[in-house]
Amino acid sequence: MTAIQISNVEKRYKSLQALGGVSLAIEEGEFFGLLGPNGAGKTTLISIIAGLIRPDAGSVKIHGHCVVSDFREARKKLGVVPQELVFDPFFTVRETLRLQSGYFGLKNNDAWIDEVMHNLDLTNKADTNMRALSGGMKRRVLVAQALVHKPPVIVLDEPTAGVDVELRQTLWKFISRLNREGHTVVLTTHYLEEAQAMCKRVAMLKLGQVVALDSMASLIRRISGSQLIVNMKHGDLPEDLRALVTHPEASEHGKKYSLRINEYAEVEQILKRLRESGAIIDEMQLQQADLEDIFIQIMEKGTV
Amino acid sequence: MNFLSAGFRTLVYKETLRFWKVATQTIAAPILTAMLYLLIFGHVLEGRVTVYQDVNYTSFLIPGLVMMSVLQNSFANSSSSLIQSKITGNLVFVLLTPLSHWEIFSAYVIAAMVRGIVVGLGVFLVTAWFAHLTFAAPLWILVFALLGAAILGTMGLIAGIWAEKFDQLAAFQNFLIVPLTFLAGVFYSIHSLPPVWQAVSHLNPFFYMIDGFRYGFFGQSDVNPLVSVAIVAAFLVVLAFLAIRLLRSGYRLRH
Repeated sequence: MTAIQISNVEKRYKSLQALGGVSLAIEEGEFFGLLGPNGAGKTTLISIIAGLIRPDAGSVKIHGHCVVSDFREARKKLGVVPQELVFDPFFTVRETLRLQSGYFGLKNNDAWIDEVMHNLDLTNKADTNMRALSGGMKRRVLVAQALVHKPPVIVLDEPTAGVDVELRQTLWKFISRLNREGHTVVLTTHYLEEAQAMCKRVAMLKLGQVVALDSMASLIRRISGSQLIVNMKHGDLPEDLRALVTHPEASEHGKKYSLRINEYAEVEQILKRLRESGAIIDEMQLQQADLEDIFIQIMEKGTV
Repeated sequence: MNFLSAGFRTLVYKETLRFWKVATQTIAAPILTAMLYLLIFGHVLEGRVTVYQDVNYTSFLIPGLVMMSVLQNSFANSSSSLIQSKITGNLVFVLLTPLSHWEIFSAYVIAAMVRGIVVGLGVFLVTAWFAHLTFAAPLWILVFALLGAAILGTMGLIAGIWAEKFDQLAAFQNFLIVPLTFLAGVFYSIHSLPPVWQAVSHLNPFFYMIDGFRYGFFGQSDVNPLVSVAIVAAFLVVLAFLAIRLLRSGYRLRH
């Protein structure tokens, strides 16, 4: 079943085209990454999914319910962690979570509220007023508020922006558990290593357009960016290998080259050619492409 | 619309709890202000102004002050809650929920009415000692208090939706709500005004709320209470329609 169906969504702010016909389908149970630089349209898209912004054209459905015409059912299925660190200064943590739970029609939800607080290390702050919490603690409450009605679809808009390592680990542990239990998770983040570790599939947005949409593994495979870095002690690179060089660099003892490889089997071929040419390698390193390489390539060139 | 839905009840509870947590500012302070009005105006004008036969000025003033407090505090509750939530960003917690436009409208207005009535009751309890009050038609007292509180709660909601800054809301309050309240006959009967200003006063919907409310105490009013209740109810319907349309359209809430 499709958890989020986004069809030709457009949004314009005066002369700025924030989203220009975005279409995506996120399946139930996915851990999906929505990536892009600042101003790409990620938060606008999330706000449209959440019903906080109305699209100029197109539609969004959550578990088959339109976020505009059938907003009540759509919002019951959705938990959103907003990017801004917002809170209501009148209430304690427990009051905040009970109220949020109540808005969704859930009374006597204390068992789940306690579990969410426990998993986000909030239990000892339950009776503390929101004003008295640190930024990291407020961020945890924001996450708890999004989860308090056990939504099948969870959207996290930059949930780890400006927070410490401890919260990141706590958060990802809990969100991963929810994902394993069947919750669909959509994540936007500027921390690409987080997206690479968590997301099975990603969409990259640039200037309001989807410029890449694929599984993480396939995206990383698509980039011919794995590198064999060799530091020569004696001799030099044979002519027929020079076509593979991506970065010739000076090194202390000789010459250092980064050679592009598509498959691991190519490593053996390269080493064989180097031996035949009489070159001696001082140091060798195999470096895999990561999401950051792909991201940079896509944002610069529009493709990989 | 489901008035019994848990979501709706939660929002009413939250909006009521919000003002209760700062009761010194939201309940005690306006009661003190009304008390000061009574002491100053009652002392200065008692015996100098005759409004209704057999009703002294202090007795006349008390229902006006009670209704003024009901109106101003109902407005203050919904408007301040909305503008604070908008500016601090925590309104998102309500906007992300499955609450309908009707439920949001009703919850904010009911909580505003609760605060208005609580403050009005408090003003009545501390001022009633200063005069002999009668209750000629208690049902009218209740009807006009509830309608007045609902109208100002709705106006507060509209102002809170419209305003994007605190000074815009302050302008709404200072240039519209306060003049309309003060010129509605809280401190005087419009029969003591020149004919032109009497006619102008009849264009002020707040006048009918206060005049009808006072009728409930003295059985005397400037306008027939049936006419007043019809005008006040019609005004409420128009404002409620406007507020719900704004909520439905997402005006300045859902961009």
